[in-house]
Amino acid sequence: MIRLIAARELRALLSMPSTWWVLAGLQFMLAWIFLTRLDAFLEIQPQLAQIANAPGVTASIARDVCNVAALLLMLLTPMFTMRLIAEERRNQTLPLLLSSPVSSGQIVLGKFIGLMGFFVLLMSTTPLMLLSLQLGTTLDFGLLCSNLFGLILLTSCYAAVGLYISSLTAQPIIAAVSTLAILLGVWLADMSSSALDSPWHQVSPLYHFQNFSNGLLDTGDASFFVLVSGVCLLLAMQRLNSHRLHQ
Amino acid sequence: MSLAAVNAKNSEVKSKPVGFLMHAAIFGYIPRSFFYANFLVSNLTSALTLEAAHLTRRFGKNTVIYDISLQLKRGEVLGLLGHNGAGKSTTMQMLTGCLAPDSGTIKICGFDLQRQPTLAKAHIGYLPETPPLYKEFCVQDYLIFAAKLRGIKANEVSSALDLALQRCGLNDKRHTLIGTLSKGYQQRVGIAQAIIHQPAVIILDEPTVGLDPAQIRDIRTLIRELGTAHSVILSTHLLGEVASICDRVEILQRGTLVYSGTTSELDKLNGVAGQLEENFIRLTEVKI
Repeated sequence: MIRLIAARELRALLSMPSTWWVLAGLQFMLAWIFLTRLDAFLEIQPQLAQIANAPGVTASIARDVCNVAALLLMLLTPMFTMRLIAEERRNQTLPLLLSSPVSSGQIVLGKFIGLMGFFVLLMSTTPLMLLSLQLGTTLDFGLLCSNLFGLILLTSCYAAVGLYISSLTAQPIIAAVSTLAILLGVWLADMSSSALDSPWHQVSPLYHFQNFSNGLLDTGDASFFVLVSGVCLLLAMQRLNSHRLHQ
Repeated sequence: MSLAAVNAKNSEVKSKPVGFLMHAAIFGYIPRSFFYANFLVSNLTSALTLEAAHLTRRFGKNTVIYDISLQLKRGEVLGLLGHNGAGKSTTMQMLTGCLAPDSGTIKICGFDLQRQPTLAKAHIGYLPETPPLYKEFCVQDYLIFAAKLRGIKANEVSSALDLALQRCGLNDKRHTLIGTLSKGYQQRVGIAQAIIHQPAVIILDEPTVGLDPAQIRDIRTLIRELGTAHSVILSTHLLGEVASICDRVEILQRGTLVYSGTTSELDKLNGVAGQLEENFIRLTEVKI
C-alpha cells in the first residue's frame, strides 16, 4: 500500500509541467556553479601545487556544488511538499484515501517515500556531473559519498517538515509559504548568530550538514536529521487522524 | 429487477442455512430450540452488512447529527432523504470512516469501524459529493489505483477493471484524462471507483447529480442491479429516484431521523397511494 501511494505521488509530480521546469532550472544552476568552480580551480591550481596539504579537486569543487545544492533544495522543497496533503484536501480527493483500508501511517509514509524518490531523481544528476571529473583526475570518493549522503538526509528533513505543514492546511500556497518561512527563518537565525554555542546552530539543518560536507560522518548530525524527519512524520499522521475527529 | 425479485433473492440467501438446519432438526440430530437460536444468529451475521447505532456528531457547539441508528441488509437499497443541511452527507462521511462520530458505533460486515478500521473499510465503496478524482490520471489508471488501494490482488485487477468500466459505460473513455471528461462522465468514474472492488456496502452521495436524463436512467438501472447483491445507501433530493430504486427510506430532519420505513409505506402513509412528495414534505415540515 505504501508503495502504491508513493508511486501515485511520484506520478502526480512528474505529470506537472512545473516540475520539469524546476528540474531543468536546478540542473542549469548546478552546472553553472560546477563550471565556474572548475574554472576557478584550474586557475589557482599552480599556486595550490606549492602548498602542502592543499585542498584537492573534490574538496574545492564537489563540496561547493553540494553546498549550493543544499541551499537550493531548501528553497525548492516547499514547492514540492505543499501539494502533498493540502491539495488532496482542496480537491476533495482525501475521502478516497480515508475510506480505503489504509492507515494514516501508510498514507503519510507513502507520500513521504514518493517525494523522496523524486528528490533522489532530482539530485541524481549532480554526482554524474561530478563523476565526469574522473576522466581527468582522481576523486576523493569518501568525501563525495558523505556529501551525497548528507544531502539525502538533509532533504528528507526538509520534506518531512513540509509534509507536516501541508497536513495542517487546505491551501497549498499557505503550506508552501509557511514551510519556506520556517526553513529560511531557522537558516537565517543560524547564520546571524555569531556565538559558537548559540542554540540556533543546533536547530539548523544546514549547520548539521556542514560536517557531512567536510567529509565527517557524525552520528549526532545524522540522528538530528532522522529525529526531525521522524517527529514531523508522526505529527503528520496524528494530524490526519485528528482531521477525522475535529474537522 | 423488481422489488419482488429482490425480496425473493433476499429470502433465498437466508433460507440456505435454514434449510440445512431444518434437515438436521427433522432427523433429530439437534433440538428444535437450537435451530431457532441458530437461525437468529445466522440472520444477524449474514444478512446485516451495516449497523450504525446512536451516532452523534457535533461541530463545535452545533450538534449536526443526533442519535441516528441505521441498519442495512444485503440486497437492500436505502434512500437517505432530507432538506439541504439535514445531515445526509455528514452521516455518510461517518459511515465511511472519513469523519469520526462523537459517540455511537458503526459496524460494517461485523467489523467495528473504529476498532478494526482496515477490515471494515475493505467492505466499503464510497462516492462523496465531489467525486475524489485525480485529474492528471486517465480513467483506466485511476481505476487501477483505486482497485489496488482497496486491496484487490494484482491478478484480479484487470477483470475488476473491465467489469467496472462496462457497468458504468466507460469503455470508450478508458484512456481519456479524467480532467478533460465532462461532469457526467466524471460522476460515472466516481461511481466506478466505488464499486470496482465489489464491496458489501456501497455509499453514494447524490449519485445522479449533473447527469443527463439518459445517463440518470442508466445509473438508476445500475444501482438497482448493484442492490441485488450488495447493500446500497444513497442520498438524493429527487423523490422520483427514491420511488424507482429504493426499497427503504430514512428521512433526516435537522440531524435526527424523523421517518424510517419502506418506500411503499411512505408512498401511502395517508392511506392513499401515490403521495410520496406530499408525505415527504409533511414529514419534514411538521418538525420545524
